[in-house]
Amino acid sequence: MAHLLEIKGLSASAEKKEILHGVSLFIDGGETHVLMGPNGAGKSTLGSTIMGSPEYTVGSGSILLDGEDITELSPDKRAKKGIFLSFQSPIEIPGITLSEFLRNALEQTTGKHMKLWDFKKKLKAAMDLLDMDPSYADRDLNVGFSGGEKKKAEILQLLILQPRLAILDETDSGLDVDAVRTVSKGIDEYKKQTGGSLLVITHNTKILDALTVDKTHILADGKVAAEGGGELVEEVISSGFEKYIKKER
Amino acid sequence: MKEKTNVNDIDRSLYDFRNEEDESEYFDSGLSKEIIRAISDEKNDTDWMREFRLRSLEIYQKTKMVDWGPSIEGLDVDNIVTYIRQKSRMNTDWEAVPDDIKDTFERLGIPQAERESLAGVGAQYDSELVYHNVRKEVAESGVVYTDLESAMHDERYAEMIRQHFMKLVPPTDHKFAALHGAVWSGGSFVYVPKGVCLEIPLQSYFRLNAKGAGQFEHTLIILEEGSYLHFIEGCSAPKYYEAGLHAGCVELYVGRNATLRYSTIENWSKNMYNLNTKRALVEEGGKIEWVSGSFGSHVSYLYPMSILNGRGASAEFTGITFAGEGQNLDTGAKVVHNAPDTSSYINTKSISKSGGISTFRSAVTVNKNAEGSRSAVNCESLMLDRISRSDTVPVMDIRTNKADIGHEAKIGRISDEAVFYLMSRGLDEDSAKAMIVRGFADNVSKELPLEYAMEMNNLIGLEMKGSIG
Ligand SMILES: Nc1ncnc2c1ncn2[C@@H]1O[C@H](COP(=O)(O)OP(=O)(O)O)[C@@H](O)[C@H]1O
Ligand SMILES: [Mg+2]
Repeated sequence: MAHLLEIKGLSASAEKKEILHGVSLFIDGGETHVLMGPNGAGKSTLGSTIMGSPEYTVGSGSILLDGEDITELSPDKRAKKGIFLSFQSPIEIPGITLSEFLRNALEQTTGKHMKLWDFKKKLKAAMDLLDMDPSYADRDLNVGFSGGEKKKAEILQLLILQPRLAILDETDSGLDVDAVRTVSKGIDEYKKQTGGSLLVITHNTKILDALTVDKTHILADGKVAAEGGGELVEEVISSGFEKYIKKER
Repeated sequence: MKEKTNVNDIDRSLYDFRNEEDESEYFDSGLSKEIIRAISDEKNDTDWMREFRLRSLEIYQKTKMVDWGPSIEGLDVDNIVTYIRQKSRMNTDWEAVPDDIKDTFERLGIPQAERESLAGVGAQYDSELVYHNVRKEVAESGVVYTDLESAMHDERYAEMIRQHFMKLVPPTDHKFAALHGAVWSGGSFVYVPKGVCLEIPLQSYFRLNAKGAGQFEHTLIILEEGSYLHFIEGCSAPKYYEAGLHAGCVELYVGRNATLRYSTIENWSKNMYNLNTKRALVEEGGKIEWVSGSFGSHVSYLYPMSILNGRGASAEFTGITFAGEGQNLDTGAKVVHNAPDTSSYINTKSISKSGGISTFRSAVTVNKNAEGSRSAVNCESLMLDRISRSDTVPVMDIRTNKADIGHEAKIGRISDEAVFYLMSRGLDEDSAKAMIVRGFADNVSKELPLEYAMEMNNLIGLEMKGSIG
């Protein structure tokens, strides 16, 4: 059977500079993968390229979902097929409320109309779980949200949209202990409700506490430098990335 | 596959129907003393008005063409029909309005709006008002809402009108003000007595059906001390190949501690030259609130002016301009602070796409006597592609150092990052862009009357379809 997601020899560049140099990995249904690597390694680039960001141009290689080549698909089509990206720095969009946006997104991804009342109930439950003040639903999307609130809003979207594969780009970075715990609770809930797959980009173990890590990938200089199981996370955290970075630089 | 949408065809379908015209009712095109006299005869003008028109014509002939904004070369004023005789007189009974005209306004939703949410309605078709009506309880409160011509011939208002007519916008103001003085026809007169507050709005709707014609309606509103009024003005015309001209004039007198909210939605067809002049004089503690949406016209010159003439008077201007293909819209606001402790707040958004040009002009003057005054100007523009243009031209003339003045301008393009963010959640490119544009316009559309805000949202959705590439 085809993998849920398979990346084959992917190179990607921005502004004529190649950032990813032939990355390969695959993720199966229900698995949790961790992606680690030093700053500037290309982790966010990989996440954005899987989502279809126009910022990056794919030079060679391909991205397959259920064995189907989606390398050329627009981001909205990928979202409809079940891919989700929790952004490292979510953008602020004035004039659109979080709730209005999310209802629209849900109707688009599922292709089904949802009654306002049902949607509100669903939204309220997810916001409660994430300790979000209900007033945030009626605030403009991410506008004036603190770093932590923006990340919570990303996980809120994850819980509502229920994708098959969620890429979480440093969702835990810059959050205080309590916020990390809340966000982890949300991720755990997503897993429980959907049995979906995760690709978690992180520098910490806290966010992984409630999760069983199936595989860890280390990305350095735009290449996969090492792979292993859950134990690799601990090892990297205690001894750093030094041995993965090319010495000749 | 991208969906190709001919924006012109779709978004205007509501407005683009035309009625058969009866050309025998057209006055000769062009401008001459004979034509002006004929208009006076037709309208049974008083002597002072006859003279006023002829004097305005002289001023018109002596004044040079406006030259500060977009080109109006495509407009041949000598070939504009300035007056079209109406087949019917003004009515206060909707059923008595001729069927084709009635049908026009039915299609534009005017009578429904009257029944549902308005205190009174006026409807002008080409040169003359065809319908005017106010609710009984409104009339009983002493509010007058009628066409300007009838009011002028009514001894109760004749003198009041004479004292106010084209005193705020004199014919010497600019060439099209002079033209207006010479050929003006139709428009509304509103008088709100002391202390009367109308909770529901009055609305006038102007429709120019005839091709190659001009519309020159004059709106005169007088609010006495402590009164309140919300007046809504809507404009539209079907599309013809001949250029049309709208040179209306709006004069608003806001008395002590009175508040006037003046909302306009302008959706003239995209071959119209809209050279409109609007001005408000605000007395002590009074307030003028302008809400202005400009979507139509080929070329627009529109800068409503507020003259703050008494202590503590204030002006608020909220505007949105959307310039699409072939449109050059020059809009903005002017304020003159002419008394202490006056304040003004200008907040505008402009959107340009498909080669449209949108220019925002603001002119704030703070006179020496306006100590303790405050003014804030905030304008934001959004360009949806590389071929569209947006400019801002702020002018400030501050003659006292005891005033607090702020100005902020932002010009930007639609953010690729924001589009990607929305698309990553399942919205296609058109919807994502439309959502961003709606969000951009949001704090202005919130100020519009509800049905206009909805219309604007639909318009944005349609304009954004097939905008990619
Ligand atoms: N849009 C872009 N234009 C130019 N350079 C970029 C762009 N995005 C990322 N980069 C560069 O690519 C490298 C990888 O960035 P990124 O993927 O954000 O790394 P990480 O997420 O691993 O910290 C960095 O050197 C960064 O500066
Ligand atoms: Mg990153």
